[in-house]
Amino acid sequence: MNTNKNLALNVTQNPSKLFSLLAKNWALFFLLILILIFSFTGKRFFQLANFQNIIHLSTTSLLLAAAETFVIITGGIDLSVGFMMGLSSVLSATIMQKMHAVNFLPALSISIGSIIALIVCIIAGLISGIMITKYRVPSFIATLGMGGIASGIALIMSEGFPVTFLPPYLTDIGNGYLIYIFPGKAISFFNKPEGITGKELKELIRIIPNSFIFIVIVLFILWHILKNTKFGQHTYAIGGSMVAAVRAGINTNRHLIIIYVLSSFLAGLAGVFNVFQTGIGNYTQFSSMYELLAIASVVIGGASLFGGKGRIIGSVIGVILISVIENGLQLSGVDPFYRFIAVGLILIAAIIIDQSFPDLF
Amino acid sequence: MEYLLEVKNLTKRFGGLVAVNKVSMEIKEGEVVGLLGDNGAGKSTLIKMISGVHRPDEGQIFFKGKEVKIDSTRKALSIGIETLYQDLSLAENLNVYSNIFLGREKLKKILKFINVLDHDYMHKESKKVLDRLEIEIPSLRNRIRVLSGGQRQAVAISRSIYWDAKLLIMDEPTAALGVAEQKKVLELVLKLKSQGIGIIIISHQLYDVFSVADRLVIMRRGEKVGERNIKETNPDEVVSLIVGAEKVKQ
Repeated sequence: MNTNKNLALNVTQNPSKLFSLLAKNWALFFLLILILIFSFTGKRFFQLANFQNIIHLSTTSLLLAAAETFVIITGGIDLSVGFMMGLSSVLSATIMQKMHAVNFLPALSISIGSIIALIVCIIAGLISGIMITKYRVPSFIATLGMGGIASGIALIMSEGFPVTFLPPYLTDIGNGYLIYIFPGKAISFFNKPEGITGKELKELIRIIPNSFIFIVIVLFILWHILKNTKFGQHTYAIGGSMVAAVRAGINTNRHLIIIYVLSSFLAGLAGVFNVFQTGIGNYTQFSSMYELLAIASVVIGGASLFGGKGRIIGSVIGVILISVIENGLQLSGVDPFYRFIAVGLILIAAIIIDQSFPDLF
Repeated sequence: MEYLLEVKNLTKRFGGLVAVNKVSMEIKEGEVVGLLGDNGAGKSTLIKMISGVHRPDEGQIFFKGKEVKIDSTRKALSIGIETLYQDLSLAENLNVYSNIFLGREKLKKILKFINVLDHDYMHKESKKVLDRLEIEIPSLRNRIRVLSGGQRQAVAISRSIYWDAKLLIMDEPTAALGVAEQKKVLELVLKLKSQGIGIIIISHQLYDVFSVADRLVIMRRGEKVGERNIKETNPDEVVSLIVGAEKVKQ
């Protein structure tokens, strides 16, 4: 009680402090406000199942935004992530399909398909990185070109159709949950309790999607790298001042190449996950704008396109904010096209807030 | 006495242009040498050969009596030649101690196998070196962006000292500073001198150079045109050497 009083006193005495706290974490506050509003307006919005759904459907966006965070902190941009995801999805699915057709074990086809797709993405990132560092191609152009190539290959391989007839178990893993509870009767892990069918399925409570565990682990590792390691520190230094980084003896070319490899790898991971989630290989459509949504999320999360600034946690909030808007508007019965307007407005607000409080971040 | 740094007949050509022509100079421990000359006189090129940015076409460099080939900035840093550039080479988005340790971060292990940055150690060590140089900065967790020009200069200098600079090359250290801050930086130069560090200062501000240097080396059009002990010369003579007017006077 006492501490509460003190806090209240403090805040009233230092309105600027409260204000700076709000300004610094505006995206988070805005997210909370939106959740509150949608809880009233949206049908079945404030439910565990819906929140799990939002996270589950954000998995690929989170991976792309995390990739973009690293690149943007160095002052670059990666426009290839969306198409790299499509290539990885189509390539891994095609390999799985071909291997499955000649009766390889599902586990083997799935692993080999995933690994080869990831390796191809790593090579693509390596090429982008070398173009950007050794040949001084601006990252905007290098990754735009690489994205075009990736998109073309994906379209040629898939002939413009989803890749189907994949091995079983993919979606069981991708869409599965850690815990299933059938109230009063059964509890099971990773698989639905046996013997539940039809109507009973509706009563089954699913807790913690597998995708949530996967994304938390990946994001935790990336957060750790950026926040606590030498690599992360050098990433910020390069974005803050390339000259300073070079003079401090940092091998900036090598570092940037690793950044673009990492970005491509994460996009590839998103593509492979996409196969697990949908059970088919999807190429990325030109109108999907995955990379632009990822960049928007990162900027909403407090990063600067001039480099030197950005956080994984911020980008995660950015992604969730966009997903909640999409989901909330839909459940509130608003035409989904309004989401583009909403995201556009928030993006502009993000830049204005960032510019107005340069010392805060 | 053995020289800290001795360069003999250093020459650097860029195409047909001879930027530095057979320049020799030397500096002892705890000595401050002012390197003067008009724009384009070859001061920066000479300095860059010593700090490993350019490779000399001819000539030799001796460090502590031994001949050295300085073929990269890394090599220069490793033998104790640190250069402070006019634009300071600090990452403005990082804090003070991160800049002092930039590129040479101290790590510690957690869970026995994960290397993480040792913030406490870097903070403590940075504090020590700042204290040693009597530099006051409110908080070492402040980002460089919020510091004044003089404070930034001080951070850059402390970084060199922490990494054991034997020879410090300062390119226009007072150029962008206010009057009070200029004075502080000059005091810092004298402090470093008293700790036995050799310092080469490039500056256009004759007043600064006269207040800290022991000796002056004057260059014009790529050549060394004069060398004077500070006590045996005056600003007028130095200016005429810089602009090449002494012949007219004679």
